Amino acid sequence: MAKQSIVPFGPQHPVLPEPIHLDLVLEDEKVIEAIPSIGFVHRGLESLVDKKDFNEMTYVIERTCGICSFMHGMGYCESVEKIMNVEIPDRGKYLRTMWAEMSRVHSHLLWLGLLADAFGFESLFYQCWRMREKVLDLFEMTTGGRCIFSVNKIGGVLKDVDDVMLATIKATTQDIAAELRVIRKTFMEDYTVEARLRGVGILTKEQAHNLGTAGPFARASGIKMDMRTTGYAAYGDLDFDIITSNECDSYGRCEVRINEIFQAIDLIGQCIDKMPKGDIATIVKGNPNGEAFVRMEQPRGEAVYYSKANGSKFLERMRIRTPTFANIPGLLETLKGADFADVPLLILTIDPCISCTER
Amino acid sequence: MEIKNPEHVIVQITPEELLGNVVAMKKNGLRLSQICCAYSNEKLELSYSFADDNTYDYINLRLVIDKDTEVCSITELYPYAFLYENEMKELFGVNIMMLNVDYNSKLYRLHDETPFIK
Repeated sequence: MAKQSIVPFGPQHPVLPEPIHLDLVLEDEKVIEAIPSIGFVHRGLESLVDKKDFNEMTYVIERTCGICSFMHGMGYCESVEKIMNVEIPDRGKYLRTMWAEMSRVHSHLLWLGLLADAFGFESLFYQCWRMREKVLDLFEMTTGGRCIFSVNKIGGVLKDVDDVMLATIKATTQDIAAELRVIRKTFMEDYTVEARLRGVGILTKEQAHNLGTAGPFARASGIKMDMRTTGYAAYGDLDFDIITSNECDSYGRCEVRINEIFQAIDLIGQCIDKMPKGDIATIVKGNPNGEAFVRMEQPRGEAVYYSKANGSKFLERMRIRTPTFANIPGLLETLKGADFADVPLLILTIDPCISCTER
Repeated sequence: MEIKNPEHVIVQITPEELLGNVVAMKKNGLRLSQICCAYSNEKLELSYSFADDNTYDYINLRLVIDKDTEVCSITELYPYAFLYENEMKELFGVNIMMLNVDYNSKLYRLHDETPFIK
């Protein structure tokens, strides 16, 4: 029998942008088991509900994470709007959808860059992040912020986007799509990249379901699940299909995310073409009273927002179940039987956001 | 694309009914989407949310219990519930029995005991 050893991995590791720790039980170079450990940067943001009123909480929730900041704010606002039966104006819905899809583009490009960095393809990493920079420029142009831009409010959005800006967004995202078509070839067809991704970190459809995975991680195992199909914000007016892959490995996860960037760019274009005129927010009076669950498709998958209010200006409870939290059990399964050298890559393939997880 | 119009329901149950209901969810192929706890009127409110990924329906099993009431772990049925259950135990002090993977209140490495109970 091969000798077993336990190798601590993280919380500080060159491939980890944020802290997570795994105790890897190895037999020679094969991982037998992985035991996760989180909680290094837990902030308890949810407990601020008794210090910040339900309007101020929007800004707290947006600070859950620097990558999906906008979508966190949007999810929280939708949960409070659901409690208060507030219908936001159509233009507000379309703007939220447009910014949400721009967030997906920048998040997936960030992930592609990190993946390229993890398998040692530095020039590919630079190319992905150079393209991502263009999305951040668009955020800055439309909102004034590049990461956290606080444009959500209960009842709609705070900033409008004029026609010139909309045209710029459409043109720039089309440029990104053209550049991505070139880069896609490297990710999907280069034999050195394929060698690192194909057949690595297999998670079957059944395993993905049984382990409660979400988002591109689940869709890459053939699970056809996307919260956008519930038609929240303006998604009900837009035309799109759920992108899946039956590869069930790291290659499939990469394929799904690349295709989702093209899809997001298409959705941004549809939003701009159909952008209604009118108000961007509605006036909201009173305090919320009741409870609501809202589910939203973030770049990393299904996020659940739960708000509970008692009629005062402070919520009783606000809870976010982030997709990374749901994907950790799936990650542990993919690590079983993997080569030790593939561990950093496999952790990346779930696109972990520990900042969200440690909200 | 067909837009789904999912139902969101909250079903009140007792701690004794929890496992029976969770078995039914498992048999129906529902995914455990999340478990969360809220502290309201000196009671703990536990919500076990199950998602049907075909219809997008969302079923929440709601337990309202006293702080010292014991609740059975569902990790035998949904092994990945261990993270949610450890979180509830650590932040709210929910008394969970037969937890498969018990972090012994070290999941989040907090200084305060049950910080979400105020």
